[in-house]
Amino acid sequence: MIMGVAIGSVSLSPGAVWGVIVDHLAGHPSNSVADAIVWEIRLPRVLLAAVVGAALTTAGTVVQVLVRNALADPFLLGVSSGASVGATAVLLFGAFASLGFWAVSFASVLGALGAMAAVFLVSRQGRTLSPTQLILCGVVLSALFESVTSFLIFRGNPQATQSVLFWLLGSFGLATWPQLPIPAIALGVAIGYLLTLGRSLNALAMGSEPAAALGIDVHQLRRNLFIITSLMAGVAVAVSGIIGFVGLVVPHIVRLMVGSDHRRVLPVGAVFGASFMVLGDLLARTIVVPQEMPIGVITAFIGAPTLIILIRRRPYLYGARG
Amino acid sequence: MSLELQDLSVDIAGRRIVSDISFTVPDGSFAGLLGPNGSGKSTILKAIYRLHRPAAGRVLLDDADLLSLRPKDAARRVAVVAQEFALEFDFTVVEMVMIGRTPHKRAFDRDGEADRAIVDQAIEQVGCQDLAHRGFNTLSGGEKQRVLIAQAIAQEADHLILDEPTNHLDIRYQVEILELVSALGITVLAAIHDLSLAALFCDTVHLIADGRIIAGGPPESVITADSVRDAYGTDVLVISHPETGTPHLIPRRSRPTQAPSSPTVHPPVPPAGTGN
Repeated sequence: MIMGVAIGSVSLSPGAVWGVIVDHLAGHPSNSVADAIVWEIRLPRVLLAAVVGAALTTAGTVVQVLVRNALADPFLLGVSSGASVGATAVLLFGAFASLGFWAVSFASVLGALGAMAAVFLVSRQGRTLSPTQLILCGVVLSALFESVTSFLIFRGNPQATQSVLFWLLGSFGLATWPQLPIPAIALGVAIGYLLTLGRSLNALAMGSEPAAALGIDVHQLRRNLFIITSLMAGVAVAVSGIIGFVGLVVPHIVRLMVGSDHRRVLPVGAVFGASFMVLGDLLARTIVVPQEMPIGVITAFIGAPTLIILIRRRPYLYGARG
Repeated sequence: MSLELQDLSVDIAGRRIVSDISFTVPDGSFAGLLGPNGSGKSTILKAIYRLHRPAAGRVLLDDADLLSLRPKDAARRVAVVAQEFALEFDFTVVEMVMIGRTPHKRAFDRDGEADRAIVDQAIEQVGCQDLAHRGFNTLSGGEKQRVLIAQAIAQEADHLILDEPTNHLDIRYQVEILELVSALGITVLAAIHDLSLAALFCDTVHLIADGRIIAGGPPESVITADSVRDAYGTDVLVISHPETGTPHLIPRRSRPTQAPSSPTVHPPVPPAGTGN
């Protein structure tokens, strides 16, 4: 974290960073340049990256259990593509202009909620949310929303298209203090709630029937997990765009390190996901200084090879028969 | 004190799958649920472990409606061993068996000494000590089934439901698994495919066809050539097991063989094809 704050297009020593933070916490900030860089720009950015990283990892782990599929991630169930529609509408056509800098966030949360409701209603059969139905409906509706986004981009002006593309690939570049509390608290509460469900998730990982036999109310648990992870993904997308791969890969990396017991996977994953994202953001800012890479590019670039190496070393964890 | 089904009917997707099922499994006894594929055996079991809600009738546990219990409390009374399956994310054997403790735990409870002792004991009881730290997905079918039974033991329920526990297992594991289950001394209700095997282990059996009970009682009275023809639509010979006296099925061919008078003589080899 400190490293994430210290390094950037202007480098600062860890000591200087601590100095600024302590000054602020003590209530008498200095007016130096270092202060401005650390407190106004980098610190909120690093904190947001950490919260989003933890949230995406936790949500990803849970969605993989929810649909019993290793390829699932928090964006599988249509949330991100719904959010894109909202955000694209704002960026290209200035919808919700009265909301100022909240407009994009608001529109993407709205889009995410719409997508969530659509997937929920379409895939529901009686009281049950079956894994296969969820995946199919999520994937199909995602495709539909993506085509709407594409249509909007096609109709929009070329300059604005650039900003849409940047937003779609994800960035923490817009993080500021006033933007931080609401998503941080929302994601923090959601992570906290999911951390209490480790035991139930272990049972659910065996399948609906064994979980029911172990005294889990499977219908209710599935519904809660779906709503919470969708909201988490929606909020994460609203504040930082679509940062792919973290929610897919980090849960696997963590499982390969500590096994599948969710009482270990969830807390370790939250910490690891946060660090992974801070590091990714750090690289995004520093690799092609003074420009900024979209962080989605970085996360995929680090995540994919790491996971492949780990999977090759422990094939059985992923159902290889031998 | 017993597990009792009273006029149980279950609908799935608006269709009646089983109707008017009534029987009692006395405490500590081993009951078998027999019947052809699709006759409704699994549906009955799923209604008992609350996955299906009965359309009519009740499942009683010690005279109390099972549905009136909280899911956790029901799971402390009734454990289930489902059919063999693979995990998407592998657990070790110890982790799998520990999952059996779920109904005894609240959200923030840790695994205590007592839980670990129960898990170790359960693993020992099914003879899987050597496999304790292996991944569940790396085990053979028979080993997986034993681990699932250990999980059910760790659940500490006094009733055990098994849905075709010997499916896909070779003869050694079939006997081993049923022997293990009957030695637990708890009330067992198992759907079993192999009628002869069921007769060997069950105190009572209930024969289901088309969602209804067509016979129930001790294996000798239920498993007869007539009842098998009624339920399965096939002819079998039923003989008495030379050691136990329990009914044993011998399948028959549906078309008579060509030389009934001298069964040891093979029919003449037909002339070779004409195309050569």
